[in-house]
Amino acid sequence: MIALEFPPINEILRWKDLFPGFNKIALIAVAAALIGTIVFLLAGNKDHKTAPKGVRNFAEMIVEFIENGIIMQTMGRDGLGWTPFLMSTFVFIYLCNVPGIIPFLQMPATARMALPMFLSLLVWVVFIGTGFKHQGLGYLKNSLFPPGVPKALYILVTPIEFISTFLVRPFSLTVRLFANMLAGHILLVTFALLSEALFQAEGNPGLIPVGVLPLFMLMFLTGFEVLVAFLQAYIFTILTAVYIGGAAHPEH
Amino acid sequence: MEALAALAALTGDEAKAASAAGSAGFAYGLAAIGPGIGIGYLVGKSVEAMARQPEAAGMVRTTMFLGIAFTEALALIGFVVFILIGL
Repeated sequence: MIALEFPPINEILRWKDLFPGFNKIALIAVAAALIGTIVFLLAGNKDHKTAPKGVRNFAEMIVEFIENGIIMQTMGRDGLGWTPFLMSTFVFIYLCNVPGIIPFLQMPATARMALPMFLSLLVWVVFIGTGFKHQGLGYLKNSLFPPGVPKALYILVTPIEFISTFLVRPFSLTVRLFANMLAGHILLVTFALLSEALFQAEGNPGLIPVGVLPLFMLMFLTGFEVLVAFLQAYIFTILTAVYIGGAAHPEH
Repeated sequence: MEALAALAALTGDEAKAASAAGSAGFAYGLAAIGPGIGIGYLVGKSVEAMARQPEAAGMVRTTMFLGIAFTEALALIGFVVFILIGL
């Protein structure tokens, strides 16, 4: 009987501390923040009057992607002031997702709950704060009692609106990012372990060529994880933009 | 149904672990049906929209990603339940 021993889940998700309170996940997060900051600082030092090349070109490409692909689509022209916040979120999440496929790192820092939860709590505070700033106390009235609804339906609509706007939004932002990265990580580990176990089957040498199949699946999943890392960062950022835009200018 | 008889024979922690292992995969499997249908329908409709009016492809694509994110969150909450039960 052939059996594959899958390690307990703590073994692929928990890492030992490098020094107290700081493990591999924290190292990846700090490195992501530093790399993002340093790239944009270096690009900012270049001359802005000549045509951009090199680092500045790359940084301007990212700024244009955020502005044209996210802000103009969801918040319109007056949302352009949010570019630094959204770009920092996007670059940080992307640089934390990508180590899931980098050899020797092989762990997306967003596959533990701390980073997605903190980012989504931050977005929650930001969009509620924007609502209060732009609409004062009328923000609560406009979001919990949306105008244009017949008064008798408020008994039904208000609890639904409250739960969906103030409770489900941060929860779903967190779970979406966290579970996507965790699922990708577990799938990669599963196929890697399976192909290693098949390649090293001493008891049954006929199984060794079969190990090519999970290897192909592993290669395909690694390519897929490139897409998922980018897509999850993009979706988090665009949902942030939608929430902030909806709080600033509610559409009736 | 020897499985049910064997399950009834366990007690306490073992029964919990056995039924957790049995129902964890069930939880995610059921949770994946709805979003699978939903995302398939959504992407199909947006491909149709992009084919009818290629100039609007950018806006349709953005809204498609937004819709996929919302429906996929439901399947992923099921996945988190699977992980939580399975431990």
